[in-house]
Amino acid sequence: MPEFITAWLEGNDVFNAMTFLDYWQGLVNTVQLVFLSLIIGLVVAIPLAILRNSPHWWINKPIWLYTYLFRGTPLLIQLYIIYYGIAQVPGIQDTFWWNIFREPFYPALLAFTLNTAAYTTEIFRGAIAATPQGEIEAAKAYGMSWFLRLRRIVLPSAARRAVQAYANEVIFMLHASAIASVVTIVDLTGAARNIYSRHYAPFEAFIGVALIYMALTFLLVFAFRKLENHLLRHQQPAGG
Amino acid sequence: MKKLIVAAGCALAMMAGTVQAKDWKDIRIAFDVPYEPFEYRDDDGNLTGFEVELAEAMCEELGANCEFVIQAWDGMIPGLQARKFDAIMSSMSITPERAERVLFSEPYYNTPGGWFAREDFDTDVTDMDAMDGKTVGVQRGTTMDTYVTDNLGGVVTIKRYTTADDMVLDLEGQRLDVVFVDYPVGEQTILSKDGFKEVGEPVKLGQGVGVAMRKRDKELAEMVNEALATLKEDGTYDDIMDKYFAYDIKM
Repeated sequence: MPEFITAWLEGNDVFNAMTFLDYWQGLVNTVQLVFLSLIIGLVVAIPLAILRNSPHWWINKPIWLYTYLFRGTPLLIQLYIIYYGIAQVPGIQDTFWWNIFREPFYPALLAFTLNTAAYTTEIFRGAIAATPQGEIEAAKAYGMSWFLRLRRIVLPSAARRAVQAYANEVIFMLHASAIASVVTIVDLTGAARNIYSRHYAPFEAFIGVALIYMALTFLLVFAFRKLENHLLRHQQPAGG
Repeated sequence: MKKLIVAAGCALAMMAGTVQAKDWKDIRIAFDVPYEPFEYRDDDGNLTGFEVELAEAMCEELGANCEFVIQAWDGMIPGLQARKFDAIMSSMSITPERAERVLFSEPYYNTPGGWFAREDFDTDVTDMDAMDGKTVGVQRGTTMDTYVTDNLGGVVTIKRYTTADDMVLDLEGQRLDVVFVDYPVGEQTILSKDGFKEVGEPVKLGQGVGVAMRKRDKELAEMVNEALATLKEDGTYDDIMDKYFAYDIKM
């Protein structure tokens, strides 16, 4: 390590080994929570987005209601309702569900997953609805079945239109996960709050955590640029 | 013309600022509500409680014009340093760590920390083996937090809450086995409900509670100390204390 960094680390009482351990624990919890909720959310959202484009009202209206509810209310409120609401259900403490919902991790995972799935559903719904009619007609003319059309034409072309908006949703989700700390999860923000209250040093604690969030965001942006280049490679200039 | 008005305004503001810094005719005092019975809103929405009444009496003694500010606990010391208010009278216990950042008056009360749990809890809180694996709730950044972290750190799971309300909800919902909280707060918010009890003995913590001010406002601290000493002697303090407590917290 360069000398000035070592000297600086010795000269301050906030960034000691315990602080770094707290941040590390927080990083692990944040990454777990966000990664899992995004993966599950995406898996749920794609079928919902397809069904949301269904012409039958009894299929698309319930999904519309779900996305409306979860996009129409703040994530913090959803988290409070799920975390504290579940504990108020009479007798829940005696069922096996309590083993899952006793810890704050699963209520938070549930809230985050339902929230991101609602947004992702709408992102993909728009992308699917914007599929050029000609592509579908051509696929039909080739005699492709509904499922084959979906797999070969509709979904790949929707993915190209959705990828930028979805990258935004992923970054928003990472930052929204900061509220996990209000239900006692020691995520990055929770770790920063603990460090802050231990040393009464808001600048050090929160700037430290902000840098970690920025590094995570940088990784996400980089990964999505790679994905975008991959999906949109047919649009690149020849030989480029 | 506009520039002139702005300049005059600035000059006036600066004058007002220096006047205020000199003789402390206006003091802004911060409270974190609700923290019954120290500071809370009564049924009509008025700010009241032991510390609020003590602050009112102190301001009267000082002949100062006091403004009461509501500030969440997390942002207390930063808010003081950012000059959002001049003094904190919100049950802030005197600790060496805090004393590095703020200037404390002489302590004006001290209450112990108490253990509270549901009726079915029968573990001895001083028995480390029995406490192994239990989940304990504390308010983040309080002396109770420091005590549990230092003494039961590796033994129990510690959950830290921003507000006492959230903590009591999780004790009710059985996410916590026991909470360690400022005794009067536990008495008001937990023991007042059915199905809860106090466990173990209250633990005396820290050096009491003082008024916290900015380090450089030494004059204000002197004035506050004098006023508090007068109130403690002439019986005003005891009258206010007897209104809120059945036991002695005077210091």
